[in-house]
Amino acid sequence: MIPGPFVYHRPASVGEAVGLLAAHGEDARPFAGGHSLIPMMKLRMAAPSHLVDLAGISDLATIRDEGSTVVIGATVTQAALIRSDLLAARLPILRETALQIADPQIRTKGTLGGNVANGDPGNDMPALMQCLGATYVLAGPDGSREVAARDFYEAAYFTLLQPGEILTAVRIPVPPAGHGYAYEKLKRKIGDYATAAAAVVLTLDGSTVASAAIALTNVASTPLFAEEASRLVVGTSLDAATVKAAAEAAKAITDPATDGRGTAEYRREMAGVMVARALVKAADRARTGA
Amino acid sequence: MSEIDTIPVSLTVNGRKVQRFVEPRTLLIHFLREELNLTGAHIGCETSHCGACTVEIDGASVKSCTMFAVQANGASVTTVEGLANADGTLHALQEGFRQMHGLQCGFCTPGMLMRAKVLLSENPDPTEEEIRFGIAGNLCRCTGYQNIVKAIQYAAAKLNGRTYQEAAE
Ligand SMILES: Cc1cc2nc3c(=O)[nH]c(=O)nc-3n(C[C@H](O)[C@H](O)[C@H](O)COP(=O)(O)OP(=O)(O)OC[C@H]3O[C@@H](n4cnc5c(N)ncnc54)[C@H](O)[C@@H]3O)c2cc1C
Ligand code: FES
Ligand code: FES
Repeated sequence: MIPGPFVYHRPASVGEAVGLLAAHGEDARPFAGGHSLIPMMKLRMAAPSHLVDLAGISDLATIRDEGSTVVIGATVTQAALIRSDLLAARLPILRETALQIADPQIRTKGTLGGNVANGDPGNDMPALMQCLGATYVLAGPDGSREVAARDFYEAAYFTLLQPGEILTAVRIPVPPAGHGYAYEKLKRKIGDYATAAAAVVLTLDGSTVASAAIALTNVASTPLFAEEASRLVVGTSLDAATVKAAAEAAKAITDPATDGRGTAEYRREMAGVMVARALVKAADRARTGA
Repeated sequence: MSEIDTIPVSLTVNGRKVQRFVEPRTLLIHFLREELNLTGAHIGCETSHCGACTVEIDGASVKSCTMFAVQANGASVTTVEGLANADGTLHALQEGFRQMHGLQCGFCTPGMLMRAKVLLSENPDPTEEEIRFGIAGNLCRCTGYQNIVKAIQYAAAKLNGRTYQEAAE
């Protein structure tokens, strides 16, 4: 399996990359870790005639602490997310999620930017970014703009990213110290996309939930921010009845496909199970400070 | 589509500088096997799943079937051919695979060895669970993994100056 021919570009700056994409129009694609794009090119499901490799743009490979926000460059790899002490301290759910993506070799190459820009509902980072309320920074010929992760996804492989734009960074508001978090993913084996997965971040005030955000992976054609379910748990002690109600509210917004991972019915059910598990684990971590 | 020009790549492979002109679409595995005649890294699935094509690039593990040779420009690549010690003796991992019967048909072995090398450089004394998680991107159809895990434990012990003691079953 050999991809179709293409011209390879390796710009050294965002401006140069955007210029190349503009010059080659629809035939050109940004290229990061290649671990979604190369498999698609081998199958000829993608046949770009120009690849603009972002690996030579060193600004895109950094993680920056801006106090209340952490800014992660688009080409930061999943392996680098796992290694980062800054993220381990301030946004530990990134490491927890990255460790559930694919396998060590794939995490060496796969980038955060590629994962969130790809638009495949199977990708794990988009729902996490929705849960965290992250913003994507997009650079195009007319300058730079920001789009909320919760607004970015339109349908499978359709996002608000315009041809000619690249995603340069993800801006993540840091949840307060002591927050609880969990990414619960059901998969058949390591290296598999989720049958269903749920991300939860919450804070407690005493034993009462003060804030909560829940999002879902691979149970619809886009990642889903479960607004109603998130709202339901706030102000409660997260008793069994509340957990069940939140899981039901999350299930209600899913629309999974029947595939090798199971029937639509099963996958919807599992979305509820993942939400319940993630809520309980997150609350537990918030309580014990783990 | 019109003819695509080949472009120059230069990289270090097993300590040797190499320079070639390649088509951009040339996958690193094909470059290693066909241009450099380094047939140690195997092509198993071609779909980024099996890990038989695993090589080390700048200290990290990569599936060379899912990377273009041009992406390795300037990098340092180590394949299983570069694993043995400089004096020609077997690397502790190779010795471990031999002593603990870590292979049967041997198809997955070059990838397993190269993955295990990076695993031990990042985590010199891994638990069994850490080894299993660390080699999760490498499939073996023969051994059932048990002896591969033991082989890696053997190598870790040797590299840490201990003698490997098999855990009681
Ligand atoms: C066997 C296997 C298992 C996997 N399992 C999982 C899994 O469980 N969960 C998961 O989330 N992922 C999984 N992946 C996908 C992997 O995480 C990819 O690395 C990731 O989806 C894409 O990141 P990339 O950097 O490799 O992007 P690429 O493959 O380089 O690009 C992907 C797409 O995004 C575009 N793109 C890339 N970067 C940018 C940018 N900065 N701006 C604009 N557009 C951009 C490209 O044009 C392309 O369309 C798996 C992959 C494999 C091969
Ligand atoms: S041949 Fe590369 S992962 Fe199987
Ligand atoms: S020894 Fe045969 S595939 Fe592993």
